[in-house]
Amino acid sequence: MNKDAIAEYATRLGDDALVLGHRLSEWCSNGPFLEEDIATINTALDFIGRARMFLSYAAELEGAGRSEDDLAYTRDCREFKNLLIHELPRGDFAFTTVRQFLVDASNVLFFEALCESSDPQLAAIAAKSVKECRYHLRRSHDWLLRLGDGTEESRRRCQDALDDLWGYTDELFAMDALEQALLDAGVAVDRVALKERWLPLVSAAIDEATLQLPALPALPGGGREGIHTEHLGHLLAELQFVQRAYPGLQW
Amino acid sequence: MKHMPLFEVFIRSKRGLDHTHVGSLHAEDHQQALEYARDVYTRRSEGVSIWVVKSADIVASQEGDRDSFYDPMDDKPYRHATHYVLPEEVNNM
Repeated sequence: MNKDAIAEYATRLGDDALVLGHRLSEWCSNGPFLEEDIATINTALDFIGRARMFLSYAAELEGAGRSEDDLAYTRDCREFKNLLIHELPRGDFAFTTVRQFLVDASNVLFFEALCESSDPQLAAIAAKSVKECRYHLRRSHDWLLRLGDGTEESRRRCQDALDDLWGYTDELFAMDALEQALLDAGVAVDRVALKERWLPLVSAAIDEATLQLPALPALPGGGREGIHTEHLGHLLAELQFVQRAYPGLQW
Repeated sequence: MKHMPLFEVFIRSKRGLDHTHVGSLHAEDHQQALEYARDVYTRRSEGVSIWVVKSADIVASQEGDRDSFYDPMDDKPYRHATHYVLPEEVNNM
């Protein structure tokens, strides 16, 4: 399989992790209480660590002398390939919880499948990630039940978040020509097949949390082509500020 | 937050050692306390096993009980092995 395609695949997965990791990191010192603040930031660090592994592999395959930091801090919006669900603003704690639940459930299935990749580096990153994802899912699943089946206000906020997020979940299970070619070569994961397992898992938890599964249409995607929501630019402005203002700065 | 119970956290740092008290945290229930203990107290791989127990369930001795609890032991040196003179033949006691 050609290296460029695998580099692009690693970049996509790295961007997913980096952007969501950044969104979670925004809770640092803003969590609902100290213990949850620390736990959320632990999760953010897991995502950022995963982003480093994928982006450094992408940079190595690219062979153009760029590092993981160059990819994270000097690419512009259109060069970021993350799925849109990861870049939406963190919202309230219910929004963060529901997004984590939807994404964590998908990530557990995705990384279990990626462990079987014919690319040994991707398989190794997946093996490390899947353990983290299972813990993340345990946390977000618990919170979904706690908030969904909690007070009238927490239930309403969860349902609003679910309705706002639902249309973005289709993109988690979309394949394009590049991922299809990598799938045929045994490198990539069949996202379409994941949805059959994700939907019952998610539906059962939503039901248990006394929430309603939204009957809403898919929203336009575009993350994999670099077509983003208005929110990514603002996120990158903060994420990349130091390297943009002081190029090459180290500490 | 005010209504969340306090839990005490005990961690076994490696197999064969005892669980040691490392601190406390607030959580809604035992399950959440266990997860927060993992996130708050084992971030640098400190443990292989975690116990959490509601602080309210711990019965502690009181400072005021000190005299009646511990002083009577002071005049019973024969409870320590070092009180006894061993024969030469017994090494490494």
